[in-house]
Amino acid sequence: MAETHSLQDMRQQASVAAKVFIQRDYTNGTVCHFQTKFPSELESRQQSMAFWSNSTCFQFSREKINKQQFEETVRTLNNLYAEAEKLGSQSYIEGCLACLTAYIIFLCMETHYEKVLKKIAKYIQEQNEKIYAPQGLLLTDPIERGLRVIEVTIFEERSLTR
Amino acid sequence: MKNCEYQQIDPRALSVSPSSVQNHTEKKVQRLRRKWEVFPGKNRFFCDGRIILARQSGILPVTLGLIVVTCGLFFAFDCPFLVTHLTVFIPVIGGVLSLFVVTSLLRTSFTDPGILPRATPDEAADIEKQIDNSGSSTYRPPPRTKEILINQQVVKLKYCFTCKMFRPPRTSHCSLCDNCVERFDHHCPWVGNCVGKRNYRFFYSFIISLSFLTSFIFGCVVTHITLRSQDGKSLIQAIQESPASVVELVICFFSIWSILGLSGFHTYLVASNLTTNEDIKGSWSSKRCTEESGNPYSYNNIMTNCCVTLCGPMPPSLIDRRGFLPLVAASPATETELPPFPVKNDTNMCTKSTKDVLERLVRSLDSRGRCPPGAPKTTPVAVEISAAATPPAERSPPTGCSRQHAGRHTAAAPCPPFARGRERRDSFQSSNPAFRLASPSPSLSRTFILGEAPDVGFIPPP
Repeated sequence: MAETHSLQDMRQQASVAAKVFIQRDYTNGTVCHFQTKFPSELESRQQSMAFWSNSTCFQFSREKINKQQFEETVRTLNNLYAEAEKLGSQSYIEGCLACLTAYIIFLCMETHYEKVLKKIAKYIQEQNEKIYAPQGLLLTDPIERGLRVIEVTIFEERSLTR
Repeated sequence: MKNCEYQQIDPRALSVSPSSVQNHTEKKVQRLRRKWEVFPGKNRFFCDGRIILARQSGILPVTLGLIVVTCGLFFAFDCPFLVTHLTVFIPVIGGVLSLFVVTSLLRTSFTDPGILPRATPDEAADIEKQIDNSGSSTYRPPPRTKEILINQQVVKLKYCFTCKMFRPPRTSHCSLCDNCVERFDHHCPWVGNCVGKRNYRFFYSFIISLSFLTSFIFGCVVTHITLRSQDGKSLIQAIQESPASVVELVICFFSIWSILGLSGFHTYLVASNLTTNEDIKGSWSSKRCTEESGNPYSYNNIMTNCCVTLCGPMPPSLIDRRGFLPLVAASPATETELPPFPVKNDTNMCTKSTKDVLERLVRSLDSRGRCPPGAPKTTPVAVEISAAATPPAERSPPTGCSRQHAGRHTAAAPCPPFARGRERRDSFQSSNPAFRLASPSPSLSRTFILGEAPDVGFIPPP
């Protein structure tokens, strides 16, 4: 996909200044839920961006990291994971059917969880392209980190003189 | 000075450094490897990563053999008699049960139990930063724990030194498999795998169906021998006519006690949403907890607990066994092909660079314009892997030659001096002052562990 390719290009061209990790929140048990608190490392970045924008001329305008937007992204991700792990009639039917067929059915069809994971991957890619890449950030899909953390990569600002 | 020519490098043809890591990179460059090939735990993989087993799976063939032999003897010696004397459904039921047992057993053995991938170096560093506010310590610090509230109950999370992360609740590290497993129940040698979140339902259906199967075979064999001895023969005579039945009787008799006991125990665990690990440790027993607190994961309803454990959504495997390793070991996975550079003379090049670094070099050098215009798009990069602090002078001549290349490069155009002893992130640059790079990611520098060894082979500009 062209969009993916541009993100990878960005990863290769830019350099990583820092990585911030959003940890899991276990207050409701073992369901997959990430902390919605805005990380302090991103907050401090807003100030440095202000400094740069005063003294250096960029070829494109940098947006400030929107705290509301970030928390909204994490909240949406949490809701999607909750949907994947929801204990409803659908999951029970799927489980019973699988049990009756000696779990062979899992080899043939995609589970509900896997379908939601695909949705999540698409959502993260969308968010990266629309919101976070222009701000020099990149969200990594938590499944690539074992559903432990949401990794936010902060790219170093570089004046584009190429 | 040697008259060294600047040449373009095809990273795919790099083959000079004697270190083993070089071969590793060669393999990666030549063929995309799958993640299971570099999996750090003690597991064995088959069918190109589709099947996962613990390394010590010694008793699984015994289990499988016992089941197959018993069922085989049953179908061969008991069923013909019982079909003629009783009903044809006996082998049918037996067949269905055997199939169920074998399928569940294989699913339990070959499924990833819920292994948690180890923390990436960045994550581990982040966690370390949060824990240690003081400087580095030379001794192993005391076990780190983190207390959190789950459903208004205090739960301690332990830090896993092997996997470099705080274990999520109900996760335990299996020493036999050397992995952290989610909702760890136990490591079952009969099944040859850990029993955890993802394969607990298979394990449970295996022991339940096995209990039914052993009881069924036991009952059928007893019926068979009874029927035979009723035709005016003695018991001894009946046994002599069908000796296989005795073998089955013995096997079933000894299995039934343990299998039925295990089934009952696990039924209790499922109904109270506990794991064997928690039950044995007594984490939520009434002696430790008050009336109000108890198992924070239980739904306090037997049916709900059973449904959640056995019929809940099937979580995905987190270790992505069949995913391809990125060509750059630490950067996000990219499966793009290497750009084709024409190779003129690659025998003198010693480099450990990857596509990312090369491209960055290209861009940084082109943009900064500090190097002579005659320099080709890709300049030789002398990167050394020093697992120990081996001085570069001890390395093979090609290394020295490429260092001279670096020296030439510097001589040709003065590049800004580099401060040594910078943080790990900039270690890549400190050994190659000729190349002004943007600081690579810390994880990238991990691949090129340069350390602080002095550049003995470096030729200063005249």
